Amino acid sequence: MMPQVHKKIISISFGIFSPKQIVDSAAAKVVTPELYDREGYPVDGGLMDLRLGVIDPGLRCKLCGQKLKECPGHFGYIELARPVIHIKFVRQVYDILRSTCRSCARVLIPDENIKKYIIFLNNLGAEEGYESRRRKIREIVAKYKLKETCPHCNTKQEKLKLEKPYNFYEGEVRLSPIEIRARLEKIPNEDLEVFGFNMAEFRPEWLVLTVMQIPPVTMRPSITLESGERSEDDLTHKLGDIVRINQRLFENINAGAPEVIIEDLWDLLQYHVTTFFDNEVPQLPPARHRGGQVLKTLANRVNSKEGRIRHNLAGKRTDFSARTVISPDPQISLNEVGIPKDMAMTLTIPERVTEWNKEHLKKFVENGAKKYPGANYIIKADGKRKTITSETKDEILAEIEVGYIIERHLMDGDVALFNRQPSLHRMSMMCHRVKVLPGRTFRLNPAVCNPYNADFDGDEMNLHIPQTEEARSEARILMLVETQLISPRYGLSVVGGIHDAITGNYLLTKELVLSREEAVDMLYTCGVDDFSRLPNKEKLDGKEVFSVLLPKDFFFVGKDKSGNEVKIVGGVLKTGSMDKSNLGQESGLMLRNIYEKYGESFTADLLGKISKLGIAVLSRRGFSIGIGDMDLSAETVEEIHSTIEKSEEEAMKLISLYHKGQLEPLPGRTLEETLELRILESLNKARNKSGDIAMKQVHYSAALIMARCGARGNALNIAQMTAIVGQQALRGRRIDTGYRGRTLPYFKEKDLSPKARGFIKNNFKSGLQPYEFFFGAMTGRDALMDTALRTPKSGYLYRRLSNAMQDLKVEYDGTVRDASGKVVQFMFGEDGMDVSKTKNGVLDVKRIVQQVVEDVQ
Amino acid sequence: MKKEHEEFIDSYQDKLSAAILEEVKQSVPADITKEKLHKIMDLTLDAYMLARVNAGECVGLVSAESIGEPGTQMTLNTFHFAGVSEMNVTTGLPRIIEIFDAQKEIKTPMMEVYLKASQNSLDNIKKFALKIKETLLGELVEEYALNIFEQTLRVVLNKALLKEYDLSTKELVKLFKTKSKGFTLDVEENQLIFVHKGKPEEIKELYNLKEKIRSVKIKGLKGIKQVLPVKRGEEYVCLTSGTNLKDVLEFAEVDAERTTCNDINEVYHVLGVEAARQAIINEVYKVIEAQGLNIDIRHIMLVADIMCATGVLKGITRYGVVSEKASVLARASFETPIKHLINAALEGEVDHLTSVVENVMINQPVPLGTGLPGLVTKMK
Repeated sequence: MMPQVHKKIISISFGIFSPKQIVDSAAAKVVTPELYDREGYPVDGGLMDLRLGVIDPGLRCKLCGQKLKECPGHFGYIELARPVIHIKFVRQVYDILRSTCRSCARVLIPDENIKKYIIFLNNLGAEEGYESRRRKIREIVAKYKLKETCPHCNTKQEKLKLEKPYNFYEGEVRLSPIEIRARLEKIPNEDLEVFGFNMAEFRPEWLVLTVMQIPPVTMRPSITLESGERSEDDLTHKLGDIVRINQRLFENINAGAPEVIIEDLWDLLQYHVTTFFDNEVPQLPPARHRGGQVLKTLANRVNSKEGRIRHNLAGKRTDFSARTVISPDPQISLNEVGIPKDMAMTLTIPERVTEWNKEHLKKFVENGAKKYPGANYIIKADGKRKTITSETKDEILAEIEVGYIIERHLMDGDVALFNRQPSLHRMSMMCHRVKVLPGRTFRLNPAVCNPYNADFDGDEMNLHIPQTEEARSEARILMLVETQLISPRYGLSVVGGIHDAITGNYLLTKELVLSREEAVDMLYTCGVDDFSRLPNKEKLDGKEVFSVLLPKDFFFVGKDKSGNEVKIVGGVLKTGSMDKSNLGQESGLMLRNIYEKYGESFTADLLGKISKLGIAVLSRRGFSIGIGDMDLSAETVEEIHSTIEKSEEEAMKLISLYHKGQLEPLPGRTLEETLELRILESLNKARNKSGDIAMKQVHYSAALIMARCGARGNALNIAQMTAIVGQQALRGRRIDTGYRGRTLPYFKEKDLSPKARGFIKNNFKSGLQPYEFFFGAMTGRDALMDTALRTPKSGYLYRRLSNAMQDLKVEYDGTVRDASGKVVQFMFGEDGMDVSKTKNGVLDVKRIVQQVVEDVQ
Repeated sequence: MKKEHEEFIDSYQDKLSAAILEEVKQSVPADITKEKLHKIMDLTLDAYMLARVNAGECVGLVSAESIGEPGTQMTLNTFHFAGVSEMNVTTGLPRIIEIFDAQKEIKTPMMEVYLKASQNSLDNIKKFALKIKETLLGELVEEYALNIFEQTLRVVLNKALLKEYDLSTKELVKLFKTKSKGFTLDVEENQLIFVHKGKPEEIKELYNLKEKIRSVKIKGLKGIKQVLPVKRGEEYVCLTSGTNLKDVLEFAEVDAERTTCNDINEVYHVLGVEAARQAIINEVYKVIEAQGLNIDIRHIMLVADIMCATGVLKGITRYGVVSEKASVLARASFETPIKHLINAALEGEVDHLTSVVENVMINQPVPLGTGLPGLVTKMK
């Protein structure tokens, strides 16, 4: 095998083509607007000239002799009958003309000062960039311009005006591009330095075009329609216009046509050349197709999200990827992703044949493309690719030798990148181990839903198979799920048990007592086969069962969600119950400690076991929610009612005080605002109070258990279902009256009472009054609008942030620098710590101290 | 804790950050032996070294993600009540955008003015509040009386307010000298009387005068629209809506060290970049905390640093930070690509492909993380 050497691009320089370079680099001169002759063959000297590249199968490029897809295309040129200003440089031309003398073309700065300004401007340019440098030139020249005469030849200067888009007037006289070009030509090289142009490779007269480059055919391919007709690209259309007008202009000039006609054609040529470059020039009507559709010309191709840069260059498409609906599977490991078998038979992994794996790989070829662990293609040592079919199979089997590459089907244990959009953080794309499963969906462990922000209401996700050894090892080492457990945003766990896993463990550790048989059975389902740590008793406490999963030497003291102490001594859960604050994501303190002590793969494994245990507990014990969960006792209902009534009365009292004019305004508020605030305050208090009452009274219900352990729902949800929905607020205020002084026709005008301003007295179980429902719908819609407006805003902020900071990296000396080596921080975050290696942003010193102190004792 | 222990811990000053040392001091038991303390310090240093950022880590992108990702969870509600029904403040996403853009005009400019401890009393703060509040004549006026025949404008002022602001009509006279050209000014007890000089012409001039004098500042600092003294813990603080940091700091009783302003640009102009950087960090952190989000302060610091790295406050916009980039293609890939390409061509710029997007564009490894080290093999 020959070692492969890759060429590396070191730099790209930008510049402006001189007319000579345009002609020299051109493959053909375009002279006729015709495209094809009668046989449909491209015309020589036309826009589809075969020297400009090929877009038809079967034809060969006349310049390089290559076929379609091989020939990259070549530039051509056309000679313009009269010069034309390049629209994108109009601004620069204007600036130069204004700052130079109209007769001697020197910069309007006295000789003795030029040097001084050049140094000053160059420094400014280096510091603040090109834009502000140009602004400064204008200022400097404006200063000298007050004298009105050239310091070099004493000619009086006229006022120059730019009439957009591209007409120049000196006084009342219009300057033709020929005159402009002549002036630019006269500017001496030494004076150009003032403008900050790259003098070695640039002359200002090049900004006025005399010849124009024709892009190769390959970048403006025509499409053959079903009818056999050809439809040309927008650029070709535009170029056709240019060539046609150019020819006409030539003919008219040669025929000695009157000046008026020539001027008109010249203007038309200027228009066409302008729209060829940019069809969205503000003062110009855009060029259109015959149907009235606006042409997409060069600038449109580059610009915007769908343009060349952001769509094709900064974003790329890839092979070996798949997308389908996702569904949960708590039985597979955190690190795994379930892949449908059909997909596994299409996605492949290239494996190189060596002496040692030859027989092993042959088996895949034998199976072929249709039998599962098979292979789809082989790549010969010379790079030729062959499909494996039942016909070619035997032949291929015979010829396989060392150096061949076999593209075999995806198998269990291969690595894959799994991704869900929007990819907002690095945990949105993680590496999983493949697990081929029957079915048609991707399967993933519910614990990784959080980093992906996925649910299973129809979400789809993408899968990519890395094709090289480097890519695979990088994915495995840097991107595997278990390496991403700690968020770099806040230094706590991003994965953790969810929903049933939390509820199950909560119930288990809080109240369940199991028979030994049951306990062993449950533990076995979650992958434990060593029961020596299970106490030898007939009846087992749930805590004892849970403790079997914990490592023997694990010590932990923490708090559960309701603030009770959780204590683990020597791998045995002594007090407290497991809930969200120890198992869940974003908190998961117990998990975080295990991660720190036993490492990532142990944590991932433990998390899997805990989740499975939780689910096993629930499926054995039974767990379900019903409308009965929302029932309250008669006394409680009574109590809640009286609380609400009391606060309503209070609100009414405030209103009457307001009407009597006895209300004391809060500092900095008007009387009305004060009233609103105080009413809102008292009503919210009522809601909270009755919620508390309801929470206390609901003795046993599934909803309450879930809310208590943090699996799903909170006190507010329960209060809204059982007791009272509460005050609806729009933009931090009660529902406002419209133009007619009332919220709904159901109420009287100027009614300030709670009821009329969006206070919902009922709960979801008892049902809402129509007007209450309407108020609920109002806030509901407001919330929807809020989300809809927020997403693009925050998306744009994110794009700007990531664009501004993407090239910051930590150097070997610990400083944070940008791509050009400028220091941004001397130490990341002032202490150089990686957030994902800290515990909520701080180094856990307490643990170290405790460890040292206790170890010796 | 024993003094020698403390000294020993402090000897790690240039190896560990002050926060960590403080944490050690806090958590070490008082009766610790020397050996154990040494062991603790060794282990802490080890742990710290392990927790350091790896070279080549793309901290910029991680920080951008850390701030951008929770952006979707922030509320858009512009207004929020700061504390107990005080003043309206912009919070949430709009405020974050405002700060990162380094917008010149922010929606709700505010200051928190602290007084020096010796000056801190309810009386002083009330006096101070009156002193800095921008008071326009219009606020004191009870009645305007226009007399067309005599060509006079009689302005009746509210006596009670005058007393509260500690002003007399006589003092006011000099304020109007420049504003009331063409008029003579008489003073009666609580009235200002403007008489038109020369012949009576149109009534229009009187109207103009009336509008003009209404917005004459008679007291306080420019821009401070409202002042609210609030009790914070033991002391009193002045919250102002509208800002004028420079003038406020000039008062002798103001504690300049703690007085803050939420307009980053103003902080930058009055106190400089370093202050602006700290102001960005504080303000962003405040918003994020109020939203109940958890973003490590290091990420915010990095954003603040990149905004201030050039010594000039730059917003994260196409005119600010992004326009500073060395690479043409990186700038072009953000916004207004044509403009950047044209300028690059005129200048004859060279893109050395040192950052991320350019290398993505031309299909080369990105010089970050694992793309950073090169490996050279001798091929025989």
